[in-house]
Amino acid sequence: MTTTVVKKEGPAAVAPTPTVGSHLNNYWRRVRGGDIGALPAVAMLLALCVGFSIARPSFFTAGNFANLFTQGAAVTLIAMGLVFVLLLGEIDLSAGFASGVCAAVLANVVTVLGYPWYVAVLAAVVTGVVIGTVLGLLVAKVGIPSFVVTLAGFLAFQGIVLMLMKEGANISVRDDTLVAIANRNLSPALGWALAAVAVAGYAAVQLLRHHNRAARGLLTDPIAVVVARIAGLAVILGAAVYVLNLERSRNVLVVSLKGVPIVVPIIALLLVAWTFVLQRTSYGRHVYAVGGNAEAARRAGISVDRIRVSVFVICSTMAAVGGIVAASRANSVDPNTGGSNVLLYAVGAAVIGGTSLFGGKGRVLDAVLGGAVVAVIDNGMGLMGYSSGVKYVVTGVVLLAAATIDALSRRRAAATGTR
Amino acid sequence: MSATPLLELRGIDKSFGPVQVLRDVAFSAHAGEVTALVGDNGAGKSTLVKCISGIYPTDAGEFHFDGQPVSINSPRDAAALGIEVVYQDLALCDNLDIVQNMFLGREKRSGIVLDEPTMEQMAAETLAGLSVRTVKSLRQHVASLSGGQRQTVAIAKAVLWNSKLVILDEPTAALGVAQTAQVLELVRRLADNGLAVVLISHNMNDVFAVSDRIAALYLGQMVAQVKTTDITHSQVVELITAGRSGNLGLAAEPVSNGAGAAPADTTPGAVR
Repeated sequence: MTTTVVKKEGPAAVAPTPTVGSHLNNYWRRVRGGDIGALPAVAMLLALCVGFSIARPSFFTAGNFANLFTQGAAVTLIAMGLVFVLLLGEIDLSAGFASGVCAAVLANVVTVLGYPWYVAVLAAVVTGVVIGTVLGLLVAKVGIPSFVVTLAGFLAFQGIVLMLMKEGANISVRDDTLVAIANRNLSPALGWALAAVAVAGYAAVQLLRHHNRAARGLLTDPIAVVVARIAGLAVILGAAVYVLNLERSRNVLVVSLKGVPIVVPIIALLLVAWTFVLQRTSYGRHVYAVGGNAEAARRAGISVDRIRVSVFVICSTMAAVGGIVAASRANSVDPNTGGSNVLLYAVGAAVIGGTSLFGGKGRVLDAVLGGAVVAVIDNGMGLMGYSSGVKYVVTGVVLLAAATIDALSRRRAAATGTR
Repeated sequence: MSATPLLELRGIDKSFGPVQVLRDVAFSAHAGEVTALVGDNGAGKSTLVKCISGIYPTDAGEFHFDGQPVSINSPRDAAALGIEVVYQDLALCDNLDIVQNMFLGREKRSGIVLDEPTMEQMAAETLAGLSVRTVKSLRQHVASLSGGQRQTVAIAKAVLWNSKLVILDEPTAALGVAQTAQVLELVRRLADNGLAVVLISHNMNDVFAVSDRIAALYLGQMVAQVKTTDITHSQVVELITAGRSGNLGLAAEPVSNGAGAAPADTTPGAVR
């Protein structure tokens, strides 16, 4: 397994069967060549967690760990949608306030008009779809740069939120189901069950793929690497569920607080769904193609305009989902929902995770990893007692650092020819 | 070789506004042969190719494919007949791998899921059929490939769809010596596999190395289409630059066409 290099006969045998060693070797070569993927995000996440844990022991507690998820959820969800727009090399500066508009629609429908929660959620999501369609058509069909279109949206949506809020009053969201999204937890047993389902599903997909490819005589990753991936996911999920299932209430007699926050499986589900769309469907393939070389995509018969509109629809729809989570977490919607730093945090999350601002490169997982980094910075700086002024500066610097890494790795890749 | 050419054009005219770019052009390509299309800049090579591939409509003239009269009104029509063009800029996506590029826009699916194993297998078979051994892995990004390898991928992409006629627009223009040899070898192999190949080139060495026939365009007119063995290097150069060479071309009795077009008629455009 580790030493034999077998040259198989047949058309697929253009390269030797990889071993664990050669697999790691290839990975290292890609990293050195500038294809660093999520490495900076993971490294940054570890460094930040260790740093904050040493500086403030209260950072390293089950309660704070759970807080991180609910604090970072809205930004992460918006960033997941932004990845699609960034993949085309476009930008959506209006995503933050688009989430605000959708949250305002949600609050109006459920609280002011008194409809049930699912009607309100539907209204918010439809609002997101409409916003995305308008932005996308302006960019793709009229041909206005996305920067300008969405900057105009940024201003206009801010105004729409104010108008929906009747000039500044805030609307509370009291519906139990909506409040539960960001404020309640799964029962510990359900948490374990979902984690088990996730690991089993991942294992099934990976092993089936390995089996199918091997059966056809195609190159496969070594089985040891496949098993290691599955085991890695199992360990991470297991540890997370274990910690989240610890009692984190300060006074157990008053209220018991344990379990996985409900928003976590929501993010996980959307992560899996969007990853499937990007990696396993021809639509996703076409998104990458348009981001890589729009002219080549056009000649291949891909409707570039339709792809361009669709990514803005996805982005604004995910912003709506982010807005719903934000409204749930705050129990209310105010004129600043989706404002201030939400957009920059979301763009930062996607870029820190490894999605390129130049288009053609990125994954939905990047948004989650980057969202975690942003949440840790925000949370840790809060615990350290820094003012929000310092927080803004630090987050801005981190975003700049991520964009620098993106640009430098791109240059290195151009020099070594790996991307 | 075969008696009826795979593709035969007769009397093709094409104007852009007042400028007539193609004048009564006849052209044929035979299966199993490499037909080199030569001509100076502005002679109308690219326009002719775009007419064949359905990008430009023609003003007059007829198309015969496999002996049958056909009309090509869009790139889709051309693709349906089995005509594929490899353009000079290759149109590959750097951020996708070889298999993904070869199937771009025509992905194999099972249900809504991409059928990666089938695509990878077909790509591997196509490359093996062309005896391509220069690529390490089918899953490497196109960005990491050399110019010759990219050209190979673009050609393989054109061959993948059971195409019958492959048109290559200056495939060796940007390549080094070794890579040029590789690509020319591949071009020869395409023809040996039974495809009709049209090779556009400025490089006479390449033309004489691989082609079976040479078609020379001069200011929008097809001045000669002859077997490569019946013509010399310098004669081709004369045809390209002056439109005639000895008894070939415009001045003498018109060989194939260009009827009535004396060189004097065309000289105003030829002052260069």
